[in-house]
Amino acid sequence: MTTSTVTATPSATAPRKDTAPDPARARLRRRLARWGFVAPAVVFMLLFFGYPLVRNVVMSFQHYTPKTFFTGEAPFNGGDNWSSVFQDALFGKALWHTLVFTACSLLGQFCVGLALAVFFNRRFPLGGVLRSLILLPWLVPMVVSGVVWRRILDQDTGVLNTFLDTLGLGGHTPWLTSPDMALLSVVLVNIWIGIPFNMVILYGGLQEIPRELYEAASLDGASAWRAFRSVTLPMLRPVITVVLVLGFMSTVKILDLILALTDGGPADATQTLGTLTYQNSFVELDFGAGAVVGNVLILISAVFAVFYLRANRTEGK
Amino acid sequence: MYTVLNSSTDETYHRWDAEAMARCGKRLGVTVEQQSVPASQVMTKALRMASSKSLPDVVQFDASEMPVFAEAGGLVDLRGLGLSTDHVPDGIVDFGSYRGTYYGAARSVNTLALFYNKDVLAEAGVRTPATWDDLREAARELTRGKRYGLALSAGGAEDGVFQFTPFMWSNGGDERELDSPEVVEALDFWKALLKDGSLSRSTVNWTQADVNDQFMAGNAAMMINGPWQVETLNSDPDLNWGIAEIPVPEAGADSVAPLGGAVLTVPRTGDDDRERMAGRIVACLTGEKEQLSYALNSWMVPADERAAAEWRSKVPELDALADQVATARSRTAQLGAGWPAVSLALQSAFQSALTGQSSEAALKRAQQRATSGN
Repeated sequence: MTTSTVTATPSATAPRKDTAPDPARARLRRRLARWGFVAPAVVFMLLFFGYPLVRNVVMSFQHYTPKTFFTGEAPFNGGDNWSSVFQDALFGKALWHTLVFTACSLLGQFCVGLALAVFFNRRFPLGGVLRSLILLPWLVPMVVSGVVWRRILDQDTGVLNTFLDTLGLGGHTPWLTSPDMALLSVVLVNIWIGIPFNMVILYGGLQEIPRELYEAASLDGASAWRAFRSVTLPMLRPVITVVLVLGFMSTVKILDLILALTDGGPADATQTLGTLTYQNSFVELDFGAGAVVGNVLILISAVFAVFYLRANRTEGK
Repeated sequence: MYTVLNSSTDETYHRWDAEAMARCGKRLGVTVEQQSVPASQVMTKALRMASSKSLPDVVQFDASEMPVFAEAGGLVDLRGLGLSTDHVPDGIVDFGSYRGTYYGAARSVNTLALFYNKDVLAEAGVRTPATWDDLREAARELTRGKRYGLALSAGGAEDGVFQFTPFMWSNGGDERELDSPEVVEALDFWKALLKDGSLSRSTVNWTQADVNDQFMAGNAAMMINGPWQVETLNSDPDLNWGIAEIPVPEAGADSVAPLGGAVLTVPRTGDDDRERMAGRIVACLTGEKEQLSYALNSWMVPADERAAAEWRSKVPELDALADQVATARSRTAQLGAGWPAVSLALQSAFQSALTGQSSEAALKRAQQRATSGN
């Protein structure tokens, strides 16, 4: 440590002597150094985000089939992929399902997560143990959750219906087997999966709120509900934005859970943009159409990201 | 060193294949290694390898996927590499062919049959059903309490389509005309079983493995399934099961079931010498002796006539299966690379019909979807 500072000092002062008479060169050097620090990130982004993104957009205008892998030729076909995807009734359905799935999942996860976070914010015996137990759904791999829930929700032999039956509450609900119910069931499972994430982040945010604010509020005669609305929620806003945006990003592209639960069925009732792009690309091997749906998915995320950035900017001011 | 890309990710299959490849490698004086990926990834993996010019010497495709790779120009004519089809039944040659060229050699084939619980049928005094009417009647009588008369898979994947084909084909239906009266009738028959309460409503969410679980748990008296379940079925010594051909619409009609299974192909790598050796490896792996040992291990029917005859004498309990294979039909014989689109349309159709829509409307839409490519 000491040796390095000793050797570093002369070399650090030497260029300063050099550049002292030339401020333009110093500025250039500083700018280069700044770019040098940014360069790895830029290269990484271009290589792993920019290139695939551009490639995907280009692919959506190409006739890209299994043959392409051999010949390397993928002729451009104008907007053919786009118009055929948009004319497909399944696309509209999948888009609608994706929006319903995302909105309902976020709402459910957020409300339950917030309620639990507020609940655990008070200290009580075993609170820490319970809080860590609630994290379990987060630790279980998505596919495992999906497979287990598929068994739980089975109409005849599932645990849930058997349980409801013993309570005399029917017990014949076609959770995953009716086109009217399947989307709701998938949403419920996804809410279960998303609760821990919401709870942990919101709990962290709650811990940051100074206790004095609540004391002041109670001195002013605020009820618990009033304190929640006027202290907790405003103080929590930046955290809420983060939770919702991250939640949105991971929910809108849902694929694994649905594949494990229903495979997009029954009768396409749980087909989302994620499963549709998978089906187009890897079952039908129509990569152009798959790219179109993928692009739509990216576009939706991008629109949301703009809102997020804008919200952050106003926050900064 | 020569590489075979296959889907033998199960420990048992991986071991059987490794042993077979070691034997063939020794005979041909080369090293043969296998690279195993999940079945659903073989196609995409092979395509990626094609674009990076790193194709393996032999690829084992599911036969319903082979035409896609063949159409892309990725496979070598096996007859040109010296493989003979003299002892392979025509149906199985077609199964490995695309547009008349023989690209895929099968070691064994499988198909679907009716599995039944002998004890339950005997107790209820029900004969093994041979026609649709028999099946409907038997399934109704066998449905008691938590037990359904019949279990089958109508899931939203290839499993469900595989299971629908014997009903469609035995009734004279065809995958090129999904809205024909014959296909509508077949789907109406499924709907009738469901309406009778003989089928669980969960049918639309079951894979073939789920169906087997239900049968083994005693939740179904009969099931439509394939020989790859036999090993699991035999793991329960108290389960006394039997096997029969899938019932036909009317007495005397042919029971036409789908051929399933994998074929060994030689991808076009451009290296003639390696391709020739790959052909010899495929010939060895599909030779009479290797077929028999593979078939006995996996409970599937050997593709080669001579091996099949010997197999029958060794596993007489699966006779019905061997008969079913003799008349079985390949899913891609008519449509080739167009099969995946039709399969997706068909899945959606029978799921809609089983959950309330009329068979006619569902199949009409499926036919539109299949022809428009959407």
